[in-house]
Amino acid sequence: MSAVKAEQQEIDNAATLIGMSNNDDQYLTFILDNEEYGIDILRVQEIKGWDKVTRIPNTPEFVQGVINLRGSIVPIIDLRQRFNIEKLEYGPTTVVIVLRVQDEDSDCIMGVVVDAVSDVYNIAKEQLREIPPSFSSSIMESVRCIATVNEKMVILLDVDHLLNADELTALGSIDT
Amino acid sequence: MGIDITQFHQIFFEESFEGLEAMESALLDLSRGSGNSELIHEIFRAAHSIKGGSGTFGFSAVSEFTHVMETLLDEMREGQREINESALNLLLESVDVVRGMLEAARDGGVLEADRVAATQSRLEAMLNGDDIVVQASSSMAGQQDIHKGWQIDFKPYPELMKTGNDPVLMFHELAEMGELKVVVDTSGIPSAAHFDPEECYLSWKLSLMGDVTEEQINEIFEWVDGDCDLTINPIAVEDSDQIAAAQVETGSHESCAVAQAERQPATDRQADEAAPNQGERRAVAESSIRVNITKIDELINMVGELVITQSMLGQVGSELENVDSSKLEKLRNGLVQLERNTRELQESVMRIRMFPISYSFNRFPRMVHDLSSQLGKKVELKISGEATELDKTVMEKISDPLVHLVRNALDHGIETPDARVAKGKPETGVVHLNAYHKGGNIIIEVSDDGGGLPADRILAKARQRALIADDEPLTREKTLDLIFEPGFTTAEELSDVSGRGVGMDVVRRNIRDLGGSIEVTSEQDKGSKFTVRLPLTLAILDGQLLSVGSETFIMPLISIVESLQLDCDLINTVAGQAEMYRLRDDYVPVVRLCKLFGIKPKSMSLQDGLLVVVEQDGMRIGLLVDELLGQQQVVIKSLETNFRRVEGLSGATILGDGTVALILDVGGLIAMSGRDPASGPPHKKEQAA
Repeated sequence: MSAVKAEQQEIDNAATLIGMSNNDDQYLTFILDNEEYGIDILRVQEIKGWDKVTRIPNTPEFVQGVINLRGSIVPIIDLRQRFNIEKLEYGPTTVVIVLRVQDEDSDCIMGVVVDAVSDVYNIAKEQLREIPPSFSSSIMESVRCIATVNEKMVILLDVDHLLNADELTALGSIDT
Repeated sequence: MGIDITQFHQIFFEESFEGLEAMESALLDLSRGSGNSELIHEIFRAAHSIKGGSGTFGFSAVSEFTHVMETLLDEMREGQREINESALNLLLESVDVVRGMLEAARDGGVLEADRVAATQSRLEAMLNGDDIVVQASSSMAGQQDIHKGWQIDFKPYPELMKTGNDPVLMFHELAEMGELKVVVDTSGIPSAAHFDPEECYLSWKLSLMGDVTEEQINEIFEWVDGDCDLTINPIAVEDSDQIAAAQVETGSHESCAVAQAERQPATDRQADEAAPNQGERRAVAESSIRVNITKIDELINMVGELVITQSMLGQVGSELENVDSSKLEKLRNGLVQLERNTRELQESVMRIRMFPISYSFNRFPRMVHDLSSQLGKKVELKISGEATELDKTVMEKISDPLVHLVRNALDHGIETPDARVAKGKPETGVVHLNAYHKGGNIIIEVSDDGGGLPADRILAKARQRALIADDEPLTREKTLDLIFEPGFTTAEELSDVSGRGVGMDVVRRNIRDLGGSIEVTSEQDKGSKFTVRLPLTLAILDGQLLSVGSETFIMPLISIVESLQLDCDLINTVAGQAEMYRLRDDYVPVVRLCKLFGIKPKSMSLQDGLLVVVEQDGMRIGLLVDELLGQQQVVIKSLETNFRRVEGLSGATILGDGTVALILDVGGLIAMSGRDPASGPPHKKEQAA
């Protein structure tokens, strides 16, 4: 009995960390390499097509470069490369999801390239399942939990951890 | 009354804090003996304003306190009281107290009532007799004379209430001074249909009996000066000069015929006496205007976007070919005109945000004054270049680091008077704040003639903290640089002032965040100097576009020394790795941008490229690029807002065609080329990682 309670508590904690409250939360899901991932929809600023990007020298591979988003300089990350999957050719159907990322003291905007955008789901807290902590690497830390929707597995990501600028710095070998 | 006075509170607080600063700096000048008699009048006026304002807005504690200060100051300016050290110090303390009271009132914080009461009683003690009070005949007519009472006719203009003044409050104040009788005249009130509840239709006749001076009555009505007709007549005339100097009439108002008919005739000398004072006050008010800083920021952003649009149009205009040529000519002329106008507009707008650095330097005299007595040291503060202008946001952000540097100079740098004499130095140490423009930067120097930074102690502490290896040799510069490491301090013990070791790294980080740099030089027993370099304008720069491979970059024009086509005979290769170009009498290291940035260039051979010689901090390198494109003004957009700082780049910009171009940072490029021998000069000194 207490073991179940403890597990529920941990899920609640994990859920709070992703920024969810109450029972149902909305997630935008996208496809990456045939897997479906979800992110808190409140973090999604917009979805746009792929545009020419200005490459920034001496940055990790997955940082494609920056674009001009209505006057702001926004970096674009290739999520496949971030997950160490082979990058696809970009074309007219390539999609960029622009996200609001929160750092400890600041907010910033970043875009991620994904294969395709999928759907918007309401996922209740009860549907969440934790990832066993044995899989631990910096990438896996961006995965908060897993949910089952319509008999499919959706992997819920922590945007802040995924696109944390310090992480990007650490992973990129060139630094100031 | 139904009008919310609190909307005016903010202005009152802003003006009062400014007044307190003015008082403080004038008091300090007087205490140094470097002031003139005008200063005491300034101080008096500031105190007077704060007293009046706080009274009107109901901050009676402030009003009472400042009233005592004002009385003291009044005696001083009349020559009845000596302006001595203890009085000035007490007044300085009082300024602090008032500041605290106003802050508490503004932020809803806790008022230190004890401190207020204690200081107030000391002020009163000083007033009442500890000091010598010189009896002198009053110079201004009516100043000290007291009458049995006064007859006051008060007819406010209809809009008086809209300025936030409440006649009833004023009457309360009058009633506190003596016996007040009030008779209201309601004949001015229109019918209900025409009645505007926000307008004042009433007028009053008041009689105030008691030991009151006319000056006191005038003070109470000062806030409605210009919004009413006011006549003050003494009831028992003791001095015939009184009548002449009595009035504060500020103008006639046709529609108050009713009140005028009832007003007692009185001689009218006001026009000449009152008007100049008012005119002066008004003139000062008109020369500046308060603007909310967000409005300025928006304005600057708009102008920035305008520059981008204008340059886009300029680009399109220069590319047009197939259009009817006369129209094309007109269009081109128009675009040239547009560019000129935009540039002027942008320069004007940028200047709005430029403030003299004296705003920031102003806090230091007081700080040094207090801190030196606290530390038991004798320090003189010299300030130069205070008229140097810089952007307001930069100034706000540089204030804290500067405070830290000055504190350090006082705490660690300047020695005690005994130690200084023992070293053969003058007893009073000197801390010098200097600011000037150089290149596109503003340089701020904080120097002292103290003991200098102890290089050996720094080295020892660093080794102790394992910041460097035990046997690693360091140059003097590198050693001194160690003080910027987090957690570093050689202070033997913590003090309230410094020693916690959290200071210098935060200072350096703050300065770096502003796009600047900080350096230190020091000589044993002679002193130390901290040099802070900051960019002047944050937002816009003149840039040279250049291309490397398929990428376009921008080089700030200010860093470019010259650009030239390479003569291959003048290239020498050193140690098979670094290339040097002989440029007249000098050798310039050749840095291939394509290698530094990992870009595929149009051509690897030197002849096809162009060499752009750039300079920063006295170091020069020659950048090898493929092509030089146009020159244009660009709006600097930060890379760090959404991404992070990238070495070699100082930011990004949006070109006329909407694409992003990266702006090069010469300092970063020099550092990068120093590390990678294949692209630049050989190592000249040890590299700390």
